[in-house]
Amino acid sequence: MTRKQILLIGVLLVIACALPFVASNYRTFQFTLVMVYATALLGLNILTGYNGQISLGHGAFYALGAYCAAVLMDQAGAPYWATIPAAAAVCLVAGFLFGLPALRLEGLYLALATFALGVAMPQLLKYDHFSKWTGGVQGIVIAKPEAPWGLPLNPDQWLYFFTLAVTLVMFLLAWNLLRGRIGRALVAIRDQHIAAEAMGVNNAIYKSLAFGVSAMYTGVAGALSAIAIQYVAPDSFNIFVSIVFVVGIVVGGLASISGALYGALFIQFVPNIADEISKAAPWAIFGIFMIGFVYLMPTGVAGAVRLLLARRRSQ
Amino acid sequence: MRCARRTSATDVDALLHQILAGLATGGIYASLALALVMIYQATHLVNFAQGEMAMFTTYIAWSLVTAGMPYWAAFFITIVFAFVMGVLIERVIIRPVEDAPVLAVVVVFIALLVILNSVAGWIYTYTIKSFPSPFPKDAFVATKYMSPHEMGAIGITLVVLLLLFAFFRFTPLGLAMRAAAQNPDSARLVGIRVGWMLALGWGLAAAIGAVAGMMVAPIVYLDPNMMGGILLYAFAGALLGGIDSPGGAVVGGFAVGVLENVLGAFVIGNELKLPMALVLIIGVLLVRPSGFFGKVHVTRV
Amino acid sequence: MALLEVRQLRAGYGPTRVLHGLDFEMAQGSITALLGANGAGKTTTLRALCAMVKTEGEVRFAGQPIARRSTEDIARLGIAHVPDGRGTFLNLTTEENLRLGAYARRDRRAVEADLERMFGYFPRLRERRRQQAGTLSGGEQQMLAVSRALMLAPKLMLLDEPSFGLAPLVVRELFAILRRINEAERVSMLLVEQNAAMALDLADHAYLMETGRVVLGGKALELKSNDAVRKAYLGY
Repeated sequence: MTRKQILLIGVLLVIACALPFVASNYRTFQFTLVMVYATALLGLNILTGYNGQISLGHGAFYALGAYCAAVLMDQAGAPYWATIPAAAAVCLVAGFLFGLPALRLEGLYLALATFALGVAMPQLLKYDHFSKWTGGVQGIVIAKPEAPWGLPLNPDQWLYFFTLAVTLVMFLLAWNLLRGRIGRALVAIRDQHIAAEAMGVNNAIYKSLAFGVSAMYTGVAGALSAIAIQYVAPDSFNIFVSIVFVVGIVVGGLASISGALYGALFIQFVPNIADEISKAAPWAIFGIFMIGFVYLMPTGVAGAVRLLLARRRSQ
Repeated sequence: MRCARRTSATDVDALLHQILAGLATGGIYASLALALVMIYQATHLVNFAQGEMAMFTTYIAWSLVTAGMPYWAAFFITIVFAFVMGVLIERVIIRPVEDAPVLAVVVVFIALLVILNSVAGWIYTYTIKSFPSPFPKDAFVATKYMSPHEMGAIGITLVVLLLLFAFFRFTPLGLAMRAAAQNPDSARLVGIRVGWMLALGWGLAAAIGAVAGMMVAPIVYLDPNMMGGILLYAFAGALLGGIDSPGGAVVGGFAVGVLENVLGAFVIGNELKLPMALVLIIGVLLVRPSGFFGKVHVTRV
Repeated sequence: MALLEVRQLRAGYGPTRVLHGLDFEMAQGSITALLGANGAGKTTTLRALCAMVKTEGEVRFAGQPIARRSTEDIARLGIAHVPDGRGTFLNLTTEENLRLGAYARRDRRAVEADLERMFGYFPRLRERRRQQAGTLSGGEQQMLAVSRALMLAPKLMLLDEPSFGLAPLVVRELFAILRRINEAERVSMLLVEQNAAMALDLADHAYLMETGRVVLGGKALELKSNDAVRKAYLGY
């Protein structure tokens, strides 16, 4: 990374840390959610952007992570911070297991299978036989964590920093993973999978692992969201959650880490603004933007930013 | 609470009822599955927005009926509207991305799904509405196994399917559409405007969807999200029958309808119907991707 | 006025340019052969004439410019292309294939008469009229392809390697029918052929192509007796 980039990130971090102290609780909460979405989008991007496997059902892993956290806290009395690694582990395995049969599905068919997963998830969560753990239709309510060690932070601010810390770790991990050999292998599989195989990349392992890691990221985001919102219920994890993640990576930018952040800002704040117009407006805007970006800016906001910077540099 | 079991006649009754009800909803899945296969055959694309297109046109029918139009007039006008809408969608939204990478196409379909859903919600709100059936409860025949509407729905579905079959088999235009779907290059060489054949296919698929929507709305009530689960069953049916086989899709649709009802009532309970469809979809894709009647191999390892 | 005029035709696939400025002409009623080695661009020429590849340059058919028009429009103008690989609709029946050839025509009675005429030229197609076209033999599919092209009632027929994969006897039969059709129905033909000997027997004019350009042209008889052509393409 260049000096300029490190500087930029440093500045962003400073702003991020200062935010909870200058903004309202509600605003802080909104930005907590931005970070949650960014982590979720990063997960989807690893799978779809970098590795080319289309998932229209990532909401299912988001739900899995969220329920993991909620069930552990509600049933096992686990502390909130312990649910994060638990959700990560569960979703890593679940994603990997889903990724194995997915190896045999290509493009459109994988999209179809994951679409089915996304549509069916709420019913799975409502299932009677699971309801003693999952709380059935009513879901689970969990308590809001307080700041530890007597720090002078209110719950919203503490939650913000906790989420920030987890998000930073996840992003760092991803950045490390993707810029090296693994990232190149994923992209090679996406673009030229026959050539990749011929060059010794074990497509099967990489693709299944990509699924697992991607699910892990989105699952961690789910767990964070459960803690932040303090409530999980089956109907909040319907197909539109999966779809909004797709909106996020298309607008933010495929195969881009910063794209996850742009996308997260988009999907968090557009509904806030558009809700004023009508309950239906946010989704109409999502749809129009998705089409618009596919036609006009297929590399998303991240791509546009890169282009602008490149042009500036060459001047 | 169950009384002491009497004869097995009641159980047979119940099974029969579920099978017949399953055929009724199966007809709707069969119609949607057929629409999906028509578009797939011509473009090798899966129309994720098929359900929302059907839903939207059903709302149009609702508007017409609530404005006082007699049912069958509204029915036919809606079909025409759906046809035009299908043609427009293909020409304006799908055509630019026909040759684009898979992800771009999928995203456009999903965007279409989302736009139709939200526009319907915006115009008609999310309150559930009832939709009339042209086969009222006290109509001609009401057996104890099927309501008049269920029988009517099967009837209408069969009529639509027969008309389509006749169209493709016996008319020059139908032949041209089949040719354009199978071999677009050769079709061009004999002067067939392949682009317009695609648009026509979309128009027909949208019209079929409209019929399906109008038949299912009296049962599940009209609401912008009514087609989500139904689309899933239609996918399952299309895959089961063979995503490139229209006849197979129809059989698959009916099969899924019966399966859903019978399994739902006796084996897995009504809450796991969608996961059942999910299992069916993944199962077919992994075990027998070309379905029972299809020819093309759809997966690549 | 020549039936077909080609000026400076350039065409290719993506970044690869195959035709580098092709010039030739065809008179009405002629059978013209396009000869050349593999890779000379013969198939590409036919495809370019039908706008199946991106082209630059000028093509005039019966005086009308057609280089920028779509494939289906060109077909409707009366150019029938029997493509490389025959382009049969394999899942449709023989009769359906033939009727598709006449898709753009309005004169129903003439179409029915033409159908009968095709069966007259190729009786085996009548026997197999309800069979799936994919089950026909190579020779039969070639006959089907030629018939389908004729059902268009074309002024010009483009034939891409009609002898490919056929036994010599069958080729002789086919070429005899082609000559009959040319004489009886005044259908002009542009023939791309690897089998230079047979092509020069059938054609009245011929052009020799090398790496995307015409290098030699003239009456078929002249080319047959041309030394260079004989040595390179006729084997003696």
